Amino acid sequence: MMARLAAGLAAAWLVLAGATALAAPADDLRDAQKLYNQGKLQPALDKVDAFLKAQPRDPQGRFLKGLVLTEQKRTQEAIQVFTGLTEDFPELPEPYNNLAVLYASQGNYEKAKSALELAIHTHPTYATAHENLGDIYAELASRAYDRALQLDKNNTTAQVKLAMVKDLFSAQKVASRAQAVKPETEAPKATNKAPPAETPKAPSATSKTPEAASAPPKQVAKVETRAAPEPAKAAAKAPEGDAKSEVAAAIADWARAWSGKDVKGYLAHYAPDFELPGGESRAAWEKQREERISRPKSIDVQAKVLSTQVNGSEATVKIRQSYRSDTLKSHTTKTLRLEKAGERWLIKQERTGG
Amino acid sequence: MKRAALLRRLGRLAPRVAVVAFALSATALADGSLFPLGDGPAFGNQVEASVVRAIVELRESALNRALAEINKAVADRPNFRLAQLVKGDILMAQAGRPVAFASAALPAASLAPLQDEARARVQRYLDAPPADALPGAVLELAPSQPYAIVVDTSRSRLYVYANELGRPRYVTDFYISLGRFGVEKAREGDQKTPIGVYMVVADREKLPDFYGPRAFPLSYPNDWDRMQGRKGHGIWLHGTPPGTYSRPPWATDGCVVLANDDLARLSKYVDVSHTPVVIGASIRWRDRRAWEADRAAFLAAFDGWKKAWESRDTDRYLANYSGRFRSESGGFAAWKARKRHVNAGKAWVKVAVDDMSLFAYPGEKDMMMVTFRQDYRSSNLSKVTRKRQYWVREDGAWRILAESVVS
Repeated sequence: MMARLAAGLAAAWLVLAGATALAAPADDLRDAQKLYNQGKLQPALDKVDAFLKAQPRDPQGRFLKGLVLTEQKRTQEAIQVFTGLTEDFPELPEPYNNLAVLYASQGNYEKAKSALELAIHTHPTYATAHENLGDIYAELASRAYDRALQLDKNNTTAQVKLAMVKDLFSAQKVASRAQAVKPETEAPKATNKAPPAETPKAPSATSKTPEAASAPPKQVAKVETRAAPEPAKAAAKAPEGDAKSEVAAAIADWARAWSGKDVKGYLAHYAPDFELPGGESRAAWEKQREERISRPKSIDVQAKVLSTQVNGSEATVKIRQSYRSDTLKSHTTKTLRLEKAGERWLIKQERTGG
Repeated sequence: MKRAALLRRLGRLAPRVAVVAFALSATALADGSLFPLGDGPAFGNQVEASVVRAIVELRESALNRALAEINKAVADRPNFRLAQLVKGDILMAQAGRPVAFASAALPAASLAPLQDEARARVQRYLDAPPADALPGAVLELAPSQPYAIVVDTSRSRLYVYANELGRPRYVTDFYISLGRFGVEKAREGDQKTPIGVYMVVADREKLPDFYGPRAFPLSYPNDWDRMQGRKGHGIWLHGTPPGTYSRPPWATDGCVVLANDDLARLSKYVDVSHTPVVIGASIRWRDRRAWEADRAAFLAAFDGWKKAWESRDTDRYLANYSGRFRSESGGFAAWKARKRHVNAGKAWVKVAVDDMSLFAYPGEKDMMMVTFRQDYRSSNLSKVTRKRQYWVREDGAWRILAESVVS
């Protein structure tokens, strides 16, 4: 058991270190991880399958496959993958946790509870599992209370959204990677606003805003810097008129954050699965955006909405963007694709041109 | 031993989980009447057993055991609302967000009835009547009455007693729901449960859903009720509708309502016209010696009445009757005169009594209801009747207040 665990850890660290001189299978895994981080799920799955052909037992590869299947909404297959991991590596808590997330997404809270209890059994201090378990208990309690008072809350009870662990061996690295773990523990709070983590449908288009001209820095994807919030149910359909004004407000707010050089506020307008330009990692993209926004002494962005099309929880907006900084002035037409997540409209895709 | 252990356990209950604090009242602990689980009468209903154990374990912060117990109950009876509520509390405690009786989550008004039910059910096991206690109200059962039912309304509990050579022997007991506005029914529609001694008079099936699968109508109003001018009808023992495992303690229109599984268990002991149902607001639980003394004191008086009758000494005979006595056929004076006249014409009288039942009448201070078969023989007339008398104690002596022939 220890040997297996050690081997698994080693594999994880290899990926994390981004070592380049690896044999082909490891390259496949690394590429798969990268593709997954970019939201390119099917290519990621193909790569990880190729990797697993060579190393069928590898926990890291199987874990990644589970994550990809989860985001592809292939819940049953994802459950199989994580179940297999719990059978072959019962000492690892993360697969139990993710299994629980999947069970919970199916409304199977009793099974989710059992899986989390096993995760905690293997790692009594595993914070994510504890928080998820707390949420499960509270939800089961709420259901019990509803039955106690014979309340029929079928459609009013929000589904519990648990934090998926995106990083195998996260529990072991609590001490050394406190920052990476933190988003996981915060994820439940963020889920109210979480967007659906759907596969981007359109191929990525390069963003060519004036200040984004330079090539992104080469950087190997970190396995986990930010835990994407859980897939949420598509937001309830709002009347279209309301939706249009909500979208307009979101865009105005986005321009305002940009103008105010509020990097955090600006980035918060982007969906976790925002289609990253040029295949760079989210981290790299964020870093680059931060530089672009904080470098100028002043920025003024005006966004004039030219047209808005709302289709359920998706919106496509054409804007005329007027950008002015102390060093640069430009006018661009942009097409933004937004998706409603909870109460918020988040940008999924940003293209120049109409 | 076990009892001492429980008291010790209760003594160091973690205060941080304030759940179901109501369940263990201070008096239950202080007056020494606390009976540990397992030492009191066994659980007749295993679903109730699980709920009660879960509540006690929750109180002791034994959450895993509590959850295992409550899951048994909920799996068995998903429509047991109290069980669901307790499950909610256990889970909230496990989530690290303990609540007392769902208080944060739900409106208090809707919780109070369930809280009452929890209190009643838990009290049964933490503060039960002593295991060897006898119901002071049941002093003799007739051979034709194999079982008797005793309802203690203050405990929301129905007890079954077997007839063992005339004396009651505890068999089992069940949680019950009673009239929304309490007890001492007096009027039609007052939604109260009557206090008194009744008989099961029918056995009905194929009822509207509301009554559950079976019902046993009772003889309310009985002759005593009618003498008191009490009105109303349709007091039944019955079950619950589908989807409802049990109802809160005070929820019916006056009927005595059991869970359907308990009603099925009870049915085995019910025999139409042969099962007395004693409903008391607070049954006096007597130890055997006190119970025997109560019984003997009355039977001595009763025997005195019979002997006086056989003596044909009319004054001695009439001394057994209260000054408030009213016969069925008019005033006391006329009745006394008739008795004198009848006795004077007889050479001998023999009175034999059998098939007797005797109840200390609930709700009345010092009143007995005795029902018996009277085999009266005399020099010029012999007659067998079923007779009922109500006796009251006046100045320390038992005297007959009312007398009637029953069918």
